[in-house]
Amino acid sequence: MLEYDFMRTAFAASGVAAVLAGTVGFFLVLRGQTFAGHALSHVGFTGATGALLFGLSPLAGLVGFTLVAGIGMGLFGEKLAERDVAIGMMLSLALGLGLLFLHFYTAAATQAAALLFGNVLGVDSSALLTLCVLAGASLLALAAIGRPLTFASIQPELAEARGVPMRFVSSAFLAIVAVAVAECAQIVGVLLVFTLMVGPAAAAMNLTRRLGPAVALSAALALAEAWGGLTLAYYTDWPASFWITALSGMVFFGAAARRFAG
Amino acid sequence: MSALSFDQATIRLGRRDILSGASFSVREGEFVGMLGANGAGKTTLMRAALGLVPLAAGSIQVLGRPVARGNPAIGYMPQNRGAISALRLTGWDVVASAALGRRFGFARLDRAARREIDWALDEVGARDLARRSIGELSGGERQRVLLSQALLGRPRLLLLDEPLISLDPAHQKSVVEIARRICDDLKVAIVFSAHELNPLVNAIDRVLYLGGGAAVIGPVEEVVTAPVLSRLYGAEIEVVRVKDRYFVMAGDVEVEREAHRHDEAHGHAHDHDHDGAHA
Ligand SMILES: Nc1ncnc2c1ncn2[C@@H]1O[C@H](COP(=O)(O)OP(=O)(O)OP(=O)(O)O)[C@@H](O)[C@H]1O
Ligand SMILES: [Mg+2]
Repeated sequence: MLEYDFMRTAFAASGVAAVLAGTVGFFLVLRGQTFAGHALSHVGFTGATGALLFGLSPLAGLVGFTLVAGIGMGLFGEKLAERDVAIGMMLSLALGLGLLFLHFYTAAATQAAALLFGNVLGVDSSALLTLCVLAGASLLALAAIGRPLTFASIQPELAEARGVPMRFVSSAFLAIVAVAVAECAQIVGVLLVFTLMVGPAAAAMNLTRRLGPAVALSAALALAEAWGGLTLAYYTDWPASFWITALSGMVFFGAAARRFAG
Repeated sequence: MSALSFDQATIRLGRRDILSGASFSVREGEFVGMLGANGAGKTTLMRAALGLVPLAAGSIQVLGRPVARGNPAIGYMPQNRGAISALRLTGWDVVASAALGRRFGFARLDRAARREIDWALDEVGARDLARRSIGELSGGERQRVLLSQALLGRPRLLLLDEPLISLDPAHQKSVVEIARRICDDLKVAIVFSAHELNPLVNAIDRVLYLGGGAAVIGPVEEVVTAPVLSRLYGAEIEVVRVKDRYFVMAGDVEVEREAHRHDEAHGHAHDHDHDGAHA
């Protein structure tokens, strides 16, 4: 299957997005912010449909909207309980707006399906380059804030007392999440972003209790699920997004079962 | 120079004065037990010393300097530790997360930093406990691991917010003993907040009582008396002393015990610290 150009591009694109998603997703789970990640993907839907309507690249619309929304959420504050409601409202608002944009956009049906459920085989080489550059920059940024981010995630009250700039860390992190969400949406679609961002990270946490290995394992699982899904899609002709969600679900529930079994 | 001194300090949260014009000071190397009912302002006082709560009037000095957020001379153990008991990471990783917690860039834990973490764990006898998942530890074990975290950076003032919460008497005793030993060995001043005086009474040098916006510091036998406590609580208080144990009574009710019970129920609802405590 690797003799085809489009397959090679698809493997590269899904690999890059998966490694980013697995790494960023680990911290998302550690911070208990998976819902924020989910909401960001819906905001991305609005951005992408808006971009289509105005004749721009959907990837640009996706990244632009998720970034602004991510930074906004981070600045919004630390009170989780109140934030969940606000995030949920933003999520519905975004989806509604996206629907309106689609309504005005004539070639809606195929584009909508691609945005919602992904179209990894449709990634071209210029999009691949963009994905690589964004992923590289995000991983570098994540490494740069890694220590304060970990501290602030595990022990927020102590981190605040020790002088960690909480707002900055939280906004910078959500900006990185925004990019990861946009990349994932290219592969599995906005509705299934959870499968690469949260599934592998949660499974990794069930499999190891050391921080470094857990991050690495999360990235590795995401990569394996993405490539495995793509391979299965090639041989069965079923959608790649389906296979990726299936593998991700299997790994997650398998890891949970292993943990509870002892 | 004192480790911590409040000078006519007023702290206002919302419309209420939690502390109004309070003055007291904690000496260097001294072990102070801080007592007060729920809502008396123990946590707020610590947060003010850490520079997290602004003063409406007066001033606070820490080791002769005005308060500043992120002061490395202060070690802190927050009261609210609920979320951590759901975490699966090892105690070592949790403690270590504080070691480089303020460093942006690509900071690595070098050998010196690792040795420092092991030293802190040894100080509280938690080196082996720290290999286990923090969420699996009992309440008392987890408290010890987190206490070691407060020692990183060798602070000269430790602010420990309710380390005894939801521990049974045996574990309470061991945590108090460890704190006493740390105070002596490392010559660090400790402010240790609690709901009940009795577990602390033999270990502490002085007691700091909060109530009604005022703060009184002094030896236990001078502060824990009917006139002083009646003034702080704003109610008629009786103090009954049986050997080394004190019973603070308001009418028929034993004040501190009530407060403690209240808080245990609270702990139940919000985290699972309590589960392990009697294990
Ligand atoms: N942000 C805030 N705004 C207004 N009031 C506040 C705020 N934070 C705390 N308070 C109030 O300040 C008072 C002191 O709270 P604090 O947490 O310092 O008490 P505490 O002595 O630590 O109590 P506990 O024993 O329950 O831990 C309480 O009455 C509380 O309701
Ligand atoms: Mg308190």
